[in-house]
Order: sequence, then C-alpha cells, then structure tokens
Amino acid sequence: MASEDVKLLGGWPSPYVMRPRIALNIKSVNYEFLEEKFGSKSDLLLKSNPVYKKIPVLIHGEKPICESLIIVEYVDEVWNSGHTILPSDPYDRAVARFWATYIDDKWFPGIRAISRADGEEAKKKAVEEVIAGLVLLEDAFIKCSKGKSFFGGDKIGYLDIALGCFLGWLRVTEKLGNFALLDESKTPNLFKWAEKFSSDDAVKDIMPQTDKLMEFAKVLMAKSKAS
Amino acid sequence: MAEELKLFRTWSSPFALRVVHALKIKGLEYETIFEDLSTKSASLLQYNPVNKKVPVLVHNGKPICESLVILEYIDETWKQCPLLPRDPYDKAEARFWAKFGDEKIFSSIWKVLITQGKQQEEAIVEAVQNLKLIEEQLKDKKFFGGETIGYLDIAFGWTVNLIGILEEIIDQKLVDEEKLPLLSAWMQNFSDDPVIKDCWPPRDKMIVKFQVMREPYLKNLVSQ
Repeated sequence: MASEDVKLLGGWPSPYVMRPRIALNIKSVNYEFLEEKFGSKSDLLLKSNPVYKKIPVLIHGEKPICESLIIVEYVDEVWNSGHTILPSDPYDRAVARFWATYIDDKWFPGIRAISRADGEEAKKKAVEEVIAGLVLLEDAFIKCSKGKSFFGGDKIGYLDIALGCFLGWLRVTEKLGNFALLDESKTPNLFKWAEKFSSDDAVKDIMPQTDKLMEFAKVLMAKSKAS
Repeated sequence: MAEELKLFRTWSSPFALRVVHALKIKGLEYETIFEDLSTKSASLLQYNPVNKKVPVLVHNGKPICESLVILEYIDETWKQCPLLPRDPYDKAEARFWAKFGDEKIFSSIWKVLITQGKQQEEAIVEAVQNLKLIEEQLKDKKFFGGETIGYLDIAFGWTVNLIGILEEIIDQKLVDEEKLPLLSAWMQNFSDDPVIKDCWPPRDKMIVKFQVMREPYLKNLVSQ
C-alpha cells in the first residue's frame, strides 16, 4: 500500500498510545509522532477527537480514528499484507476481543485502584484483585498461545498489545508499593511473556523505562495532592 | 455439520436484544435459554466464568461473551446480510460510536431515571446532548447502516425500547421530534422494521421493572 500521510497524536507515558505505535511498528508503517504536551491539549487534538479530547488519535490522510483498540484493528485492516495482528479465525478473534475488554474494563482499573486505596487493608485487597486478574490472564495465555511465546502465537498479536502496553505502569506500581504483581510462581507463563514482549523489536524502543515512568508518576501524584 | 446455536439471555436485557436482532437479521435458528440472574444456572457460570453475565452465545459448544464482541463474531461467521461496513474507516467509526453508546448514552439515560427535580432536568440536558452526537452520525440516511439495519443500529437499538419506557415512567419526552428529528425518525424506522418489531420484551413488564428499580433511588433523594 502506498505510504500515505500517517500521524499519531500521543504522549510517551500513555499505555493507550503504545498500542497503535506497536501496531504501526509491526506493519512497518512510517508515521509522524506528534507528542502532546502534558497538561494541555493541542488544537489538532481537540479538532480530531472532539468527543473525548483524549490521546491516542491516528490521523490517516485527513481522517481521525480514536480509541486505542479501534485504531489497532484499523491499522490491521488497512495495512493487511504480511503479519496480521488479529487472529484469522472468528472464534479466536472473539476470545482476543473479550479479554481485551476485560483488561480495559476490569483489570487495569484495578491497578489504578491500588494507588487510590485508603489504608493497608484496602491496598492489600486491591493488590489481591489485580493478582487474581493476572491468574485469569495466565489461563487465557495458555489457551491462546497454544505453547508459543505470545498470546498471538509466534508473533505479537492483538491481545499481547492490549495487555503488554500496561507493563510499564505495572512495574511502577510494584516498585512504588514494594510488592510483586507479576509473580513468577503464580503466573509463570505471563512472567516469561512480559520479558519477551518488552524486548520485541516492535516494542522495545517505545516501552517507557520504569525509572522515567516512576518520576512521571511522582509528578502526577504531587499534582493531584496539590489540587 | 448441523450448527448448534444457543443464546443465554434474560427477558429484559438490552444487551441480549442486540444478539437477538443480529441472529434474526442473519436468519439463524437458535435455542434460547432464559436466565434468572438471582440464581444463575450452572451452564451460564460454566460458559461465562469471568463476568457471569448475559448474553452468552454458544456456537457448537464454544461460548462467546460481551454483546458487541458477539455481534462481530456473528458477522464474521455468517456472511449473509453484512452488519459492519466493509471500509476500514467506516468500520472504525461504527465501533467508536457503539462504544460511545455503551459508555455515555446508557449512563446518561439511567441518570434521568433515578433523579428528580433540578437534578433530573440537568440529567435530561446531558442525555439529549449525547443523543444529539449520535444523531449527527445518521446524516441523511434511514439507518446508521445506510438503507438497511447494520451494526450500529443494533448497537443503539436498545435505546429505542428503553427510551420509550423511560418517557412513560417520568411522563416527559426525551427524544423530542423537534429537538432530535433525525433520531426520532430513526427510532420509528427501526421499531417498524419487520425483523425488529416482534422482538421487544413485554412493555408492561418493562415499565413495572424500571419503576421498581427506580424506587430506592428516589426514596434516597427524598430522605436527603
């Protein structure tokens, strides 16, 4: 497909922005990354995503596409030669989409809940819920990967992208709280997968370094305490 | 091989209705299992252990959960009467607005139901603003899908049923022909469609159900 004008509006700390970046990398699509300044929204963002005013937004030609997983599916459908991101079988696609919905609606909000938990008991409960979620995802990994390295099989797929983008923030939460969420004994397959995912060619240059992300998290927390 | 299709649903679930509509449009035969969510069947818990919710579509023994995921599965498995647009950009738009419907329309309509007085007036303003956004997606088409019902019509279809019920309970118009002319026309076209019109849950039962659901919220407002 002839290379067209492809822009991505985003920010380096955002896990949601990572998703389309990984997809575009997998497809070897050249794109311009327009970094939004933290704390303000550009005119282009407000014009391209008037409903939610959030990143990421993919702008292909002049057309904006919003919502990270919707962008990933769009990239997969437009640049459709070579490696496919979604599985080809409709049932496998449904399973991948189900788990991606679970990750966004239930699991990642659980990670946020850890930092918001008031008191030791509440924190402990929040941590247990995230770990319980990872145990479910471990089981999903075993079923989807069929013995291979990724949810998508030999190569990174939709569900790898949907979950893997949160590894940076997961590691930050572990460091800040001094506990393990991704535990080798409880979720051995996911533990291995996390390393492989993070070092994959499509991911390694855009996965934020944990220390840099931790500094950013501290700035965020200070700002929210001040307001 | 004979296809085995089962749908786990409740009599009133708007999300299950989406699957009912899609299966009917595709002309598919299936078995319905009505669930009582206060005592969930062993089968439901087996097929949807994560969320324990309806709808669940079971195709040749394999469960598919989450109504919008089920719609895409149905469309990809049975190619007649396509539901999603072919063009990737149009598809992305349809998926975006379906998600918006679930995130914003549902909650804003719920807010109208469970509030009174000034709070309800504000809730109505917000709901109408959200409905206006989806009305803009109709442009000059009969359905969101064009000439025929498509994915986004089915995704929004529950609003046609629930809004009518809500309007009767609160004795106020939410989708006004003057304020939302295109959406109003779409609601009529959708309701009148021969595939859709026999699928609605019993209206009287729905009114009672939502009146009962509303009561504790109103009592709470009064006692504040």
